[in-house]
Amino acid sequence: MSAAGGLLAVLALGFAGAAQSATTGWPLAKAHTDVGSLASLQRGARNFVNYCLGCHSLQYMRYSQLAEDLALTEQELRDNLMFTGERIYDPMRTAMPPEQARIWFGNAPPDLSLIARSRGVDYVYTFLKSFYVDPSRPTGANNALLANTVMPNVLATRQGEQRPRYEERPAADGKPAQHLAALEAGAPGEMTAEEFDGFVRDTVTFLEYVSEPAKAERKALGVWVILFLLMFTGFAYLLYKEYWKDVK
Amino acid sequence: MAEHAAPAGTGRLAALVAWIDARFPMTKMWKEQAAEYYAPKNFNVWYYFGSLALLVFALQIVTGIFLTMSYKPSAADAFGSVEYIMRDVEWGWLIRYLHSTGASAFFILVYLHMFRALLYGSHRRPRELLWIFGVLIYLALMAEAFFGYLLPWGNMSYWGAQVIVSLFGSFPLIGDALVEWIRGDYFISDITLNRFFALHVVALPLVLIFLVVAHLLALHEVGSNNPDGIEIKKVKGPDGHPADGIPFHPYYTVKDLFGVGVFLVLFAAVVFFAPEMGGLFLEAPNFEPANPLLTPEHIAPVWYFTPYYAMLRAVPAFAGTQVWGVLVLFAAILLLFFLPWLDRAPVKSIRYRGPIYKAALMLFAATFIMLGYCGLKPAVEPFKTISVVGTVYYFIFFLAMPWYTRIDSHKPEPPRVTA
Repeated sequence: MSAAGGLLAVLALGFAGAAQSATTGWPLAKAHTDVGSLASLQRGARNFVNYCLGCHSLQYMRYSQLAEDLALTEQELRDNLMFTGERIYDPMRTAMPPEQARIWFGNAPPDLSLIARSRGVDYVYTFLKSFYVDPSRPTGANNALLANTVMPNVLATRQGEQRPRYEERPAADGKPAQHLAALEAGAPGEMTAEEFDGFVRDTVTFLEYVSEPAKAERKALGVWVILFLLMFTGFAYLLYKEYWKDVK
Repeated sequence: MAEHAAPAGTGRLAALVAWIDARFPMTKMWKEQAAEYYAPKNFNVWYYFGSLALLVFALQIVTGIFLTMSYKPSAADAFGSVEYIMRDVEWGWLIRYLHSTGASAFFILVYLHMFRALLYGSHRRPRELLWIFGVLIYLALMAEAFFGYLLPWGNMSYWGAQVIVSLFGSFPLIGDALVEWIRGDYFISDITLNRFFALHVVALPLVLIFLVVAHLLALHEVGSNNPDGIEIKKVKGPDGHPADGIPFHPYYTVKDLFGVGVFLVLFAAVVFFAPEMGGLFLEAPNFEPANPLLTPEHIAPVWYFTPYYAMLRAVPAFAGTQVWGVLVLFAAILLLFFLPWLDRAPVKSIRYRGPIYKAALMLFAATFIMLGYCGLKPAVEPFKTISVVGTVYYFIFFLAMPWYTRIDSHKPEPPRVTA
């Protein structure tokens, strides 16, 4: 085994990270985002502004950059995505004062500029789909992925109710304990399950874009860079063979 | 000027060259280091990694300069300034990814370059000093990478630095004072970030440049080894140059240019399509700002440190102190310096060595990679046991080398290089 092959093997193994949250072990659903889809990004931006920006900032994302990348005119941007009198070069900050947020929730809601990179799109997608009714919580809702989250279920009217189903399983000490096994649909919301999945997927796609606005440009440019380098390598090879003809 | 006659084909350019040569050894240096530096003609694929490492070093310097123009080394602004580079600076994302990918590429190339020395005995007499300069480069590179990793001020930066710096705290008596001296504070703080920045952008690059120059001068003084591990200077041609040698320029400059092309294709593939490399080159928790109150779920150093990190964790506390693991870690790296004298085989190249060294070396490579893998994982079974076994073998490979290389069989070396 060559060291080169071995190093590659190590790199490959790194990808096999467990698709599971370390917090509760709740399985992660695949988000299947397509950050190249302009329509999905525009819908996601609208969802974010309507449902998330009330509490969560995107402090590294400027409105102007958003308009440019999502192919929106300044008027479209102002009419659809800007409601609180910012200038277009401002970052997308929530209007909620952090001191108030701390009083209401115990925690200031985190900035989401990089959430899709720090936790991954599947995590955010699963989190948003995993709220369930739990009267013991102050907000009336709990989350299967992030147990006892202080975030209220802001998408409840769209998704409808989800009710927990518990199973009895032995805990670490061997005694039987109630274990959250599945979430079951309760009273329906404004959307069907498929519509809601699409809604969350668009929102997560938008967050994926926000976490790295250059991503689409990076991949598009990369193709040309690699094509050029392959051509360069071809000519370099011919040059090398030409010079080495006289080496016996 | 008369005594410095211009070379044939006198023109204005030749006159300029003559004018410079009378005042600075330009042509002399060019001849000594490139045009009349005779390198063995039988270099194989393992001989690309040195020049590629030099290329990446240059890339790191250039991208580093541009990053420094927009980066702010303060605890309040560092994380935000990196995102500013990623979003608002023209081509900032590309410069940053070139630099972050370059760091990992540098280590991959250096590890392959060092393994080449183990394959063909490039560290053996008369190249001991060349090898020692190389190990010093490796040490300086580890320091450079460690200091640089704190600069994005992400949460993994913070806690990684916390773990590594606290290693020094395990030394008896002076430990706590030493750690405080390194951090310049009672915890990893703005002050620590500032001094790490100074070390990363000024001190260690200077050390590295000095060492790389010394490494190259030593190489060109003794001449390159080759896959046969024999000295080409022993057999001279009628022109007085080594019969199996060819001028580095143009033969190896064009060959290395081809190597550069292949490398850049692979490098660009990572930069443009997988700059995070699945969390190995850029770790996910580092996209959250440093938070002294919240540790990441699992703290692991970047992949290029993990073989030594696994060794550190493999050693249990003994007599009420963790210092043994730290000593093992330092010993593992210091052993590299003694390699030229530990190897007692009468031949250099793996081609003419016996089965014992071949097996020992392959097992060593596998062990090093396994240790690296274990170092990325939490300290649980089976990784704990594998780390212990791997650490023991790492030391056996070096410490038993004088014995097993002497009893090993070997084939006779050829008088001239083979294809």
